[in-house]
Amino acid sequence: MSRPELVAPPEIYYGDTEAKKYTSKCVLSTHSRKHSHPSSNFLPVPCQCSTRIQQIQSEMTYRALELLNLPEGEPKFLLDIGCGSGLSGEILDEEGHYWVGVDIAPSMLEVALEREVEGDLFLQDIGQGFGFRPGSFDGAISISVIQWLLNAETSHPSSSPPARLTRFFTSLYAALRNPSRAVLQFYPSSDDQIHLITSIAQRAGFGGGIVVDYPNSKKARKVFLCLFVGSGKMNDSVPRGLDGDGEEEVDDVDEGRRRKTIAYERRREKEKRRERSGKRKDLKTKDWIVKKKELYRQRGKESVPRDSKYTGRKRRPVF
Amino acid sequence: MVRLITHNLLSCHVKGCTRNNFPLRFQDVKVELREAEFNAEFLRNFVPRIEWKALVDAGKELGDTSLPEELPEMLGDEFLKKLHHVLLEIHVEEGAMVCPNCGHVYKIMSGIPNMLLTESEI
Repeated sequence: MSRPELVAPPEIYYGDTEAKKYTSKCVLSTHSRKHSHPSSNFLPVPCQCSTRIQQIQSEMTYRALELLNLPEGEPKFLLDIGCGSGLSGEILDEEGHYWVGVDIAPSMLEVALEREVEGDLFLQDIGQGFGFRPGSFDGAISISVIQWLLNAETSHPSSSPPARLTRFFTSLYAALRNPSRAVLQFYPSSDDQIHLITSIAQRAGFGGGIVVDYPNSKKARKVFLCLFVGSGKMNDSVPRGLDGDGEEEVDDVDEGRRRKTIAYERRREKEKRRERSGKRKDLKTKDWIVKKKELYRQRGKESVPRDSKYTGRKRRPVF
Repeated sequence: MVRLITHNLLSCHVKGCTRNNFPLRFQDVKVELREAEFNAEFLRNFVPRIEWKALVDAGKELGDTSLPEELPEMLGDEFLKKLHHVLLEIHVEEGAMVCPNCGHVYKIMSGIPNMLLTESEI
């Protein structure tokens, strides 16, 4: 399936059929036994709601809230950018926060109305900027939205992606309090896009950077843009992304570790001995390489290779 | 579902409309009251962010005159209850918001204001 951004603009893509996938209540369902009547023998109607989409969205919302780093137990006033059907809003409600949601797709907002979420909803194009007074919000989250800003819908100069991103980030920066954070999860299709987005966010005044969860997993990899307004104790460093592949960890950790060490034990011992003797120090160790790559990524440099278990490892000799 | 809490934070964002663009005036509104959970701590934290005069005026426009003209220094429970009602329980369902400066009309339909601008206004 191609990327939805390339199919149609968001207000059209998220029409009635797509919006239905985001509704929480499904009466007739083929994938869930407990909904269907046990004694009924009619053919089940295929359900249009997608529990998988919903599960991923809610997981990302919880992670975004975690990255927002709000003080425990205090109700805050948050902005949900691209609130859609109010999936993330429901989670904000549960956590006791007050929120305002904006979205460009009327069909999605209708679904949100049906769900009776607590927050205020706005039909708004985030590429046109917000009209909120300075310092209005304690934080902002956005789940899978800002990649939509990267496509130009018309040739008008005001709808070019950099112009829209600039308006979005400057007005968002103004609307947030100092200090606060904005966490925006998105699906970049290339490193150029990450670079474009981070550089414009930086120009708008934001600090912070990119947090990548599960960087080595194709499926579970998630990119969060973690933006800081103001500095201080709350915003001193970019949080670390989660490692692993997003699946359950191996139960027997010791077993796994042992298996890993065996294959290269002799070589590792040799390296250790060399280190201890202090004769020669490797200039480009794995730590050094990983540190450099992290630095390049933060600066938004293009085509930085992924980290993997092969990072910093020597090629096997050909002869 | 425009509550006064958001109305109080909302100014016009049409290009070039930078002065006198707050607060937006209500027009032909249909109001609905919906109860919400009272949270004193949130309100106390939120009070410094409110433009008091704009809130009182907006309350009057919607037919609620329970708020005093000046923000009291002591935030008692009784006052907070009144504030809670005005801020969070009055929902504007239909109508419009009009910018006092440029006159742009933001229509409100089934509780959702349309904040979209045309290309010439960006």
